[in-house]
Amino acid sequence: MTTLSKTPDAGGPAGTTEPYLEVSNLTVKFPTADGLVQAVTDLSYSVALGQTLGIVGESGSGKSVSSMAILGLHDARTARITGSIKVGGREVVGLNDAEMREMRGNTAAMIFQDALAALHPFYRVGAQLAEAYKVHHPSANKREARRRAVEMLDRVGIPEPASRVDDFPHQFSGGMRQRVMIAMGLINDPSLLIADEPTTALDVTVQAQILDLLQDLQREFNSAIILITHDLGVIAEVADDVLVMYSGRSVEYGKCKEILSHPEMPYTWGLLSSIPDVTSDPNTRMIPIPGTPPSLLNPPPGCAFEPRCIHKDKVPGDLCATRLPDMRPGGRGAGHLKRCHLADPDRVYQVEVLPEIAPDLAEER
Amino acid sequence: MFGFVVRRLLSSFVVILLASFVVFIIFYLGPSNPAEPVCQAAGGRCTDERREAIEKNMGLDKPVLEAYATFMKGVVAGREVTVGSTAYPCDAPCLGISYATGLPVYEELKKRIVPTVLIAIMGSLVYLVLGVVIGVFAAARRGTMGDRMLVSGSLIVSSVPYYLVCLLAWIYLTQQTSIFPATGYFPITENPFTTIKGLFLPALVLGIATAPTYARFTRGQMVETLGDDYIRTAKAKGLNGRGVMMKHALRAAIVPIVTIFGLDFGALLGGTIFTEFIFDIDGMGRWGLFALRSPLDLPVITATVLVGAFFIVFSNLIVDLVYGFLDPRVRLG
Repeated sequence: MTTLSKTPDAGGPAGTTEPYLEVSNLTVKFPTADGLVQAVTDLSYSVALGQTLGIVGESGSGKSVSSMAILGLHDARTARITGSIKVGGREVVGLNDAEMREMRGNTAAMIFQDALAALHPFYRVGAQLAEAYKVHHPSANKREARRRAVEMLDRVGIPEPASRVDDFPHQFSGGMRQRVMIAMGLINDPSLLIADEPTTALDVTVQAQILDLLQDLQREFNSAIILITHDLGVIAEVADDVLVMYSGRSVEYGKCKEILSHPEMPYTWGLLSSIPDVTSDPNTRMIPIPGTPPSLLNPPPGCAFEPRCIHKDKVPGDLCATRLPDMRPGGRGAGHLKRCHLADPDRVYQVEVLPEIAPDLAEER
Repeated sequence: MFGFVVRRLLSSFVVILLASFVVFIIFYLGPSNPAEPVCQAAGGRCTDERREAIEKNMGLDKPVLEAYATFMKGVVAGREVTVGSTAYPCDAPCLGISYATGLPVYEELKKRIVPTVLIAIMGSLVYLVLGVVIGVFAAARRGTMGDRMLVSGSLIVSSVPYYLVCLLAWIYLTQQTSIFPATGYFPITENPFTTIKGLFLPALVLGIATAPTYARFTRGQMVETLGDDYIRTAKAKGLNGRGVMMKHALRAAIVPIVTIFGLDFGALLGGTIFTEFIFDIDGMGRWGLFALRSPLDLPVITATVLVGAFFIVFSNLIVDLVYGFLDPRVRLG
């Protein structure tokens, strides 16, 4: 057994198809006073170096829970994790705390939303960055760690990094704080970066800057990125692959362009319909998804989206309510997986959904 | 920062001045006549004429504001105080003459404040260290048997009345056995070691009896802090459990603990009545308590209340200043 190496044996140049992160059949359950919460069920996906996977879904769909499992950030005493997570070829489910710590913030790092809450209010940002560096470079002295912190602040575009390194988090603006967060995530050159809604608390112009920065840094460090968001606009901008999650399961998975142009799952249609379009007629109504997500305590026996689905009548019998559809390729090839009983979803989308959400696009066809 | 300190010092001074005024009025206009005990103590029959003569001598026949002005003048410049028919010199700061001893209150106060301060320092150190250690330990193991035992154990200790704890400790540890030496205050100027020995048990009892409050408060603060986002960030960095607990969680949880500690410490300095009374230590608390006995020793009572008020105001000021250092988001100004 060798120690974790920064570059995996199977690693290659950017765009290689060999996955750096491979999640298979991941299930995460939490026992609570009310029963067992099935936060994530049977989730599988993979990300290669230099690639970005966008995970979309509404609150409580299991996006963050599944990603935190990769770093083992759940309370080991309560969370029940099964399945397999391979980071750079190494299985991390079942690692002990010390082995997990060696990886955290080192080969795999995470940046969180709401950087004001995620940074310690009482320590200077330089000290927090230096700490992240020193954890994995125990031989580094204070001066080296500080120099590294300044270097990273400079790299993420913070002006006058040498003096700002001594500021406290509350002295930064929202966007600058998120940059600090990113600097902290990247300080040990991780091969895998998980960004959990990194732009949620920021205004739109700053959002775009942060996304650009992440992409620049990805090109530079060739890391695999998981971007968790509920914003399909963000996904469209930066993701190579998209995974749509609903109620703890994946419901659609494929190449970003493919999923956004030919979605085959009514929940994805719902997400697309609820994006406001600034260029359209201001009088058009946004189309919300009716209802609320099901309880994770007693998931319905059939498709979890069935109670909210307006297309379920197109499926014969009560198949949707009684049988959970498998994750399988739809009509557009093996690279596009969906979890739906609809026989010809692409036609339903083109005929019924597209004219409603993007009339101009539908007319062109 | 400097402006803040000056303003706070000024307002603290005003608060203490107001407190002294209120205390003075309460006792001056209260149902108890300060001339009565003096009249009784003088021997012979206490006739109405005699009482009135004493009142006139002591200036008790004057309006309250004039009397207060005389009192304050004494504090600043000293004065001559007449008790009964004897006139006593009383140098500044004059807080009056004790009816019981005929000595200046300020001189007696100076002697008694030392043991009280020593007990407060020793006792509060015990409960701060004990309470925080137990609280952090319980928070780190929240939900487990160890946590539940610590919480319920601390509840049991803190539900026993404090005077009972003191009495039992005194009877069993110093009287029936001699596990601890006899308690009391032995002047620190003579032999500091004997002083510490005499105050050791009282401070320990005070500390152990108060520690559960701090343990539960610390545990609560720690549990709350451990749920904060920056703790998750610290874990995601790859820090070990101890680093997360001590460097990140405790650093944030200690701020409210220090606040409460400062206020409690100020209150302790005003006098630890039960502790001093039961362990026979001649400090502020016992002094004030004895002054309440018949005959009432009003100047002493006034002085102890004022000293208590002073310490509470002062500790509030210190806590505010310390807060500015502990929490960089707080700007004093």
